[in-house]
Amino acid sequence: MAKGIFKSSLTKKYTMALTGLFLISFLVVHAAINAMIFFNDGGKTFNEWGHFMGTNLIVRTMEIGLFAGLILHIVDGLVLYFQNRAARPVKYAYEKPSASSQWYSRSMAILGTLILLFLVIHLKDFWLKTRITELTGNKHMYINGVWMENLYSEMRLVFSELWVVILYVVGCFSLFWHLLHGFRSAFQSMGWSQGQYKEIIGLSGDAFSVVISALFASMPIAMYLNLVH
Amino acid sequence: MENGMNLTLKVWRQQNAEAPGQMVEYKLGNVSPDMSFLEMMDVLNDELIRRGEDSIAFDHDCREGICGMCSMFINGEAHGPNRGVTTCQLHMRSFKDGDTIFIEPWRSAGFPVIKDLMVDRSAFDRIQQAGGFISVNTSGRTMDANAIPVPKSDADKAFDAATCIGCGACVASCPNGSAMLFVGAKVSQFALLPQGQPERKERVENMVKQMDAEGFGNCSNIGACEVQCPKSISIENIGRMNREYLAANLKP
Repeated sequence: MAKGIFKSSLTKKYTMALTGLFLISFLVVHAAINAMIFFNDGGKTFNEWGHFMGTNLIVRTMEIGLFAGLILHIVDGLVLYFQNRAARPVKYAYEKPSASSQWYSRSMAILGTLILLFLVIHLKDFWLKTRITELTGNKHMYINGVWMENLYSEMRLVFSELWVVILYVVGCFSLFWHLLHGFRSAFQSMGWSQGQYKEIIGLSGDAFSVVISALFASMPIAMYLNLVH
Repeated sequence: MENGMNLTLKVWRQQNAEAPGQMVEYKLGNVSPDMSFLEMMDVLNDELIRRGEDSIAFDHDCREGICGMCSMFINGEAHGPNRGVTTCQLHMRSFKDGDTIFIEPWRSAGFPVIKDLMVDRSAFDRIQQAGGFISVNTSGRTMDANAIPVPKSDADKAFDAATCIGCGACVASCPNGSAMLFVGAKVSQFALLPQGQPERKERVENMVKQMDAEGFGNCSNIGACEVQCPKSISIENIGRMNREYLAANLKP
């Protein structure tokens, strides 16, 4: 392996793509488990899965990897952002970027920042309470004789306030546009989006962005409207 | 000719690489819609010379859309509003009477302004010199290229990549100022052909290294380059370069 690879612009590209795909895989797991609230069983299935995710050694180890991947994605993104700004020291007096590219493709840094701001609030609402501080709702429930943290009740409590729901929906929109570019971009960066695969990857990316964002957004909305029991 | 178009031109004027530049406004009347954009610039320069002013420096050569010399960022787009053409093939009928047209040089850390609309694109030459070639032994027993079988689809893709004229529109229109469409095309045209195989690994490594050293930005797959490219070169070539570079570094 050549020494230059660590400094190369292409390595930054691969890092962005691979960490991005890793974060995408996390979104799939996160959305799937959270969708258990729609069983309408008072959060029983959801809490069981939450208990598994919170206590399983492999999952807890992967959580460290998740934070590492997220930080790498953010740091790499910031490096790219500042290097790319420096690559055009004198700006154009007249620009028409809409003629040749999508606004969200050009706005990955700002969309990423919005997602990060959302994440801070989101982690404070849930992750922090289960790992470091305490839940504020009905803290525990017995499921099949096991004493489990009641994350479902916490969700009900958090999503009972309208402004929180709005904040989460805004976060989902940021995620949607970030994914709309990021999904297909990751495959292109790895050189996988070639020939006959280009179209199918593009369409899969569009579909994934819509489904995953809509699914996440539906949770706070459904809870606020008391559609979940 | 009477009743031509009246235009307001806002042109970047910069005396030399060190001097600060600025947009300067010119009024130009009687512009024929049949003129090419460069002919319109010639008419403006003729007026400037008659007035005893310094003419506007801009790059041009063949004026047939194949040499890659003409540049100009016109109304926010590389080579102007039309697709698949260079500035010399852009005609004034693409504009309307009374239009204001912004004319700027390519903006990139890798393309310093020489004067007015002229930029130094020798960074591209240095990238080419780093690996954009094949070594052929011309001792008198050179193998006939046509004797080597090449699959039609590979030949087509290689040729599509080889249509790159190195004008730099990709860099100019990239929001990141990245040169990866150019480098991707130059890497691809050889990577796809049997003649390019012996130097395949070194080529992509050295060209990418030189590209990074020239101060171009990083590609984030925005895709503006392939839209603005006068030769409509696909970003699939960037994808191919990404693969080539990864393979070159992962394989022992």
